[in-house]
Amino acid sequence: MASNSSARRRFLKSTFAIAGLAATKQSATGQAPRAAPKDLRTYGERSRFESAGRKGSLGLWPPAAGPIRDYGIRTPLQNSVGMLTPASLHFVLSHGYDPPDIDPHEHRLLIHGMVDRPLIFTLEDLQRLPSVSRLHFLECHGNSATSGPTGALRIAPTATVQETHGLTSCSEWSGVLLSVLLREAGVQKGASWLVAEGSDRIKHTKSIPLNKAMEDVLVAYGQNGEPLRPEQGYPLRLVVPGWQGISNVKWLRRIKVVDEPYMAMMESTRYPSVRPDGKSRWFESEMGPKSVITRPSGGQKLPGPGFYEITGLAWSGGGAIRRVEVSSDGGRTWKDARLQGPVASKAHTRFGLDWNWDGSEVVLQSRCTDEKGVVQPTIAEVAKIWGVKMDYFQMTSTIDIGNFNAIQPWKITRDGGVHNALL
Amino acid sequence: MILGASAAVSAQTPSYKNVGRSPSKQEISAWDLAIGPSGKELPPGSGTAKTGAGIYASKCVSCHGANLEGTATGPHLVGGQGTMSTLQPVRTIGSYWPFATTIWDYINRAMPHGRGGSLSADEVYALTAFLLFRNGIISETDVMDAKSLPKVQMPNRNGFVPARLEDISNMEKRGCRGGHCP
Ligand code: HEC
Repeated sequence: MASNSSARRRFLKSTFAIAGLAATKQSATGQAPRAAPKDLRTYGERSRFESAGRKGSLGLWPPAAGPIRDYGIRTPLQNSVGMLTPASLHFVLSHGYDPPDIDPHEHRLLIHGMVDRPLIFTLEDLQRLPSVSRLHFLECHGNSATSGPTGALRIAPTATVQETHGLTSCSEWSGVLLSVLLREAGVQKGASWLVAEGSDRIKHTKSIPLNKAMEDVLVAYGQNGEPLRPEQGYPLRLVVPGWQGISNVKWLRRIKVVDEPYMAMMESTRYPSVRPDGKSRWFESEMGPKSVITRPSGGQKLPGPGFYEITGLAWSGGGAIRRVEVSSDGGRTWKDARLQGPVASKAHTRFGLDWNWDGSEVVLQSRCTDEKGVVQPTIAEVAKIWGVKMDYFQMTSTIDIGNFNAIQPWKITRDGGVHNALL
Repeated sequence: MILGASAAVSAQTPSYKNVGRSPSKQEISAWDLAIGPSGKELPPGSGTAKTGAGIYASKCVSCHGANLEGTATGPHLVGGQGTMSTLQPVRTIGSYWPFATTIWDYINRAMPHGRGGSLSADEVYALTAFLLFRNGIISETDVMDAKSLPKVQMPNRNGFVPARLEDISNMEKRGCRGGHCP
């Protein structure tokens, strides 16, 4: 979540300090959990030589124990290969709350409201229904934004792609189409929205238009071939393809069919983007086309001139990626990159372009076009749509703006260093 | 396809035998927390800022402060008026929240933090009245109940685009393009 006043940040920081003390005290009394010895033949682990890891957005890391923790825990995109994110590296944004510890045998999903037949499902019930598996990205609406509490880190020349774009990941999600469940319940005339609710601490609630629910929303129990991870909503979550992360309600326990958006706390008070004139855009919903080069990217170092594949990821809430172009001369000329299959709708798409670095200073950037023909904008174009001047993106402010999808330039200096060159 | 969706759905009959079951009325009402702007699910009960002040002092003050100014463990609940068009906008009930029903809904489901769902309907009405009063929106003696709460005019109700709830899901009508709404 990107919505934070500096006062809130202060209070969060002090919360951690206090919580940290509490944690120390606890372990001093000898309550540390015993680790069971692992049999890697039963459930595997990566090589001890691999260390890519998630990272908190606010530098509050490693986290202290306590009710509230770092907000966005980011995927190390600089280490990514292919189009899928391992579940263990999927970004986490739960407004700082720990995942609830849910026994799947106890878990229920209730569907009610403007339906002919209210229904309650166990996980086993849902697994009896026709299943689908779909490749989809999830993305926090604040991902890559220059504003809000992570703004300064994001525009710093030293930023890595994890810091600039790490609040998106892509998985194969398995489950039941929500439309199947809604048909079973029989949606009544006049219904136009639904309210989805989780079983986390604050019972996170999100309103979703019925037409989107019927189109492609999934009630998912599987991620990349296994049950969801606890921090991804175990045992059940919504996947709302292409829409702001906040819609994808985790630990899903209830869907109420209604006739108006319900204006729950997060959607009406935290997630709207505030414009310079003080008005707010709410329910921006669909994420626009975005791409970013993950190698070479910020903080990496090229050992010397020679051949490199320029590779990265592209995605769009509008559908499938049709084209990715790469420029190595600061945006004057562009070349079509290869798209690695499968190219799925509303999913990360891996692209690549062969490139020989001659050792001179260059700026690399990518831009994508989705199946609707929408092209990823430059930062100047975003400024134009928003009606702001370029210096707006540099101001330290607590204004939160979502859905920022400008082209990301990386500058390579003669020493091979790669630097964030957004501004 | 999009607009006709709801009509098409309602024509369907169940096609999967004995999958899922009908919940009882009690099961539904135990979980049916969500309160929309129309307030039609608001339960019976009532409260005023006067009673709310006492409940606040015993159940909320430790985190939100004696003057609702916030503490290390909870955010401020007042202030922010006039900041929305500055570089440091401060979103509070008084400066930002568009609907009073959201306050009721959120306190009821989430507060006190970590013990959400522990307050009675009367307590939630009283606390909502107290927060509305301390944000300068209603008077200390105004009674908040299922009828009056949805009618409270929030100061920033017109601070959103689009203004009409009916237009919210229609991204094209709103002029949104490429992931951006102007
Ligand atoms: C243990 C500390 C604690 C207690 C006690 C507590 N709160 Fe909170 N409150 C919080 C925290 C933390 C948040 C922020 C939650 C978040 O951002 O997810 C919050 C948020 C809120 C908000 C939303 C503020 C905003 O503008 O976003 C309201 C309203 C609120 N609390 C009311 C209450 C009321 C009423 C009580 C007493 C019944 C109460 N709180 C008791 C910690 C507490």
